[in-house]
Amino acid sequence: MNFLARLIRWLLPLLLAAGTAARAADTPREVIARAALAEDSATQRQLIGSLMGRGDDAIAPLFEAWRTDQLFIYAAPDGTKVPVQLTGPKDEAGTQAALRIDTGAALTGPSGPLRLNAADLTAVEHTAALRRAMKAVLDLADLAAPDPAKRVLAIQTIGLTQDVEKLPALQARTPLETDARAKAVLREAVALIQLKDEKNETRIAALTALKELHSLSTSDAIKRTLKEAEEARNLPVAAAAREALRAVENHRSFVDFFGTLFRGISLGSILLVAALGLAITFGLMRVINMAHGEMIAVGAYTTYLVQNIFGTGITIPFFGFSLGIPGLNFSGGVYQSYFLAALPCSFIAAALVGIGLERSVIRFLYRRPLESLLATWGVSLVLQQCFRLMFGANNVQVSSPVYLSGNWTVNDIIFGWNRVFVVGFAILIVFGMWLVLTKTSLGLLIRASMQNRTMASCMGVRTERVNMLTFGLGSGLAGLAGAFLSQIGNVGPSLGQGYIIDSFMVVVVGGVGSIGGTILSAFGIGGIDQVLQQYLPVIAPGLGWVPGIGGFLQNLAQDAAVFGKILVLAGIILFLQWRPAGLFVTRSRSLED
Amino acid sequence: MSSSGSSPAVRRLELIVVAVVAVLLIVVLPLLNAQGLISNFTLSLWGKYLCYALLAISVDLLWGYTGLLSLGQALFFTLGGYMHGMYLMRMIGELGQYKKPIPDFLVFLGWERLPAFWEPFSSFPFALAMVFLVPGLLAYVFGFLAFRSRIKGVYFSILTQALTYAASIMFFRNNLLLGGNNGFTDFKFILGHSLADPATSRALYIASAVTLLLAYLFCRWLSRTKFGLVQQAIRDGENRVLFSGYATMHFKLFIFVVAALIAAVGGALYTPQVGIINPGEMQADKSLEAVVWVAVGGRGTLLGPILGAISINALKSWATRAYPDLWLIILGGLFILVVLFLPGGLVSIPARLKALWKKLRREPEPPPASSTQPAQPVSAKS
Repeated sequence: MNFLARLIRWLLPLLLAAGTAARAADTPREVIARAALAEDSATQRQLIGSLMGRGDDAIAPLFEAWRTDQLFIYAAPDGTKVPVQLTGPKDEAGTQAALRIDTGAALTGPSGPLRLNAADLTAVEHTAALRRAMKAVLDLADLAAPDPAKRVLAIQTIGLTQDVEKLPALQARTPLETDARAKAVLREAVALIQLKDEKNETRIAALTALKELHSLSTSDAIKRTLKEAEEARNLPVAAAAREALRAVENHRSFVDFFGTLFRGISLGSILLVAALGLAITFGLMRVINMAHGEMIAVGAYTTYLVQNIFGTGITIPFFGFSLGIPGLNFSGGVYQSYFLAALPCSFIAAALVGIGLERSVIRFLYRRPLESLLATWGVSLVLQQCFRLMFGANNVQVSSPVYLSGNWTVNDIIFGWNRVFVVGFAILIVFGMWLVLTKTSLGLLIRASMQNRTMASCMGVRTERVNMLTFGLGSGLAGLAGAFLSQIGNVGPSLGQGYIIDSFMVVVVGGVGSIGGTILSAFGIGGIDQVLQQYLPVIAPGLGWVPGIGGFLQNLAQDAAVFGKILVLAGIILFLQWRPAGLFVTRSRSLED
Repeated sequence: MSSSGSSPAVRRLELIVVAVVAVLLIVVLPLLNAQGLISNFTLSLWGKYLCYALLAISVDLLWGYTGLLSLGQALFFTLGGYMHGMYLMRMIGELGQYKKPIPDFLVFLGWERLPAFWEPFSSFPFALAMVFLVPGLLAYVFGFLAFRSRIKGVYFSILTQALTYAASIMFFRNNLLLGGNNGFTDFKFILGHSLADPATSRALYIASAVTLLLAYLFCRWLSRTKFGLVQQAIRDGENRVLFSGYATMHFKLFIFVVAALIAAVGGALYTPQVGIINPGEMQADKSLEAVVWVAVGGRGTLLGPILGAISINALKSWATRAYPDLWLIILGGLFILVVLFLPGGLVSIPARLKALWKKLRREPEPPPASSTQPAQPVSAKS
């Protein structure tokens, strides 16, 4: 109430000047009701204008009703005129329910609620000027909206348009605002509008405020002011603008740097998660599994299936048969937790497919790595086509659970929850894998067999079984990766193709057989890729001097994402000149290794 | 039928088969077409197969004879196609949709004048030189870097795949000014002859068949020279060759460039016959498909890849129409089966049957099956 009272105190002189004695206790509804009754449009406009800056949910719908001719004047039998709003469906007699505008309650006669026919009533008129006044009120109504996020947005919008007429409303709002974020934004908006002021002192003060706030969105307005000041040879303002601009640009490079760092880390995590399975099947077992990407896709599609089982069920067509899977019809929190159930499912599904692949194809090819490459490529084609037949050629919809969609914005740097989650997941999965490989007997057997299969076999290790389990583990990790990648990118039949080359690059650069190298190279490649994407557009326009292909380079750098990727691949080829066996070399005395 | 270990009788037989097939393809087929007995569509389809056969030979020269599995041959094939395609685009003149003297897609991108690097492609000799120079140089630079740091085996395959991938995402961009993902199409003339004229497509077909024959004869000759023997020795045991004092890097680099050139010529012939060239042709799976042709036909032989390219593509033409959903499964399954059960490919079937026949008749000394197959690379041991 305090806030209302203060608002009224500010509004009062304005209203008094207009000569329409608004009583301090008037609610917005009462004001609108009086405006509807007012005879001349000037009074109506002033009454409407008096609602400026008042946050009340009733205002917007009533204005809308007014604009669409739903407000009428009801002449009661006792001679008083009551403005009403007709709502609801019409019955046979053409009558509708009537709401009193001043209270919002139903209009009652002696015998209960009245139903009125629009044709019998006088509609409330509205002129173009009145509609403009209503729009102006609505624009500012959001300033006092109960939701702080909505307020912030409204204030920012006003600030960026630099509309001098709205300055009083903002200034009136300033002492009332309680939310810290909204306060800062309000200060920024006021300063932005003050840039248009004629007095140098006001402008310099505004620029100083903007310098302290160094918000990214203000840079255009400051640049404009700087240009005007320079043209008008207004040195003090130009100097202040320059300082403010420098502060904003400093902040921008700070945000860019940490944003790039975070995106690099998150891309590195994605690469790492996708490549970890390969680090086992290719790195430890030396099997070139070109179907690794399809293992990722198996995981992603399993997530899709689990999501549908938690939801309404799904029917899968396959070679003329159709398999109907009933859904559990969960909703709300239980449905949202489908992702937690999907994680183990996708691991198991991909591991089973992997074990099947190892038993049927790969175990015959351990001594022929190049041919295992070809056979697994055949498998990848078959699997891709199976996905297409089962789930359609288009991408399927995997919805993100609420706890994975959304983001934090810290200091203008955006942290997507799913990205943060992938980073955390990558750490967890690496730790888990380290535990399995070093602390369990299976891990011991895996390491023994992979180092020297024949020797391990001589010591009584059942290497056939270890091979099968290792391949299953690697494929299962790929499946887990698929579950996560379904939260980040599209899930479609060719999902795996997008990751396979990157995954191989990560493992090769890291050094085949070295898990530590895989981790390092994933973050290295991810980081360099993001740095190139961020800074190529900055550097590229300066490449015009390169003889012959300068213009071409400038042109290409517009596609920073693609060009960055190409540069990374070229960089990898050059890197292998320097370290042919990758970052970490697994030493061996064998000549052929 | 391995080139290194086959008897003179087998080699003579192969030559006779080749001569007969060559006459059939180069003389009889075009004659039948001129008489109207074979449709123009069939002839141009065969022209496409023969271009693919050139690509297959180039893969086999590397994989079957040198032990280098390159997954980037489709890149060289497509580059050759693009270089020739640029010439063909210039020959459209002002007959494009926009009636402008520059190619349509450039008009679409807002260009008024021809970019400088397009200018010389109006000349056929220049374009022809580029067909050899661009893929050859790329192969030389990449091969130099790869072989110098002794990248071999699987790593070489993965790197060539990465190279192809990088090139394909680049060619998909409009900013490269090479037509983006639509590539080049709507060709009208070649050397003043209309491409719509059956006589022109017949001439192109004959050129493809003759080129294939020349490539075959060249590779056959090469595999008999000392160079070819060193090349096959590298396949079977690179370290031994290295320790015998041969700079294997130079051998590999030379053969890599030669294979790239053969693929590029195939691509250059492919473009006018198929009427379109786009970056889809250089994607990684196209290279792998070419490897399938070689594996199915029989690696380490010269007839195998040709046979494989023609038969698989004929199968593809049929299956993509009859069973469009199943084609990829057929291709993938075929690949798994051949790798697992028929490492010698189609051309090893007669020898296998012969061995089986002898076994059934309980010949005292059945020849070991391995002599009929290409030698397994020793370096493939893990």
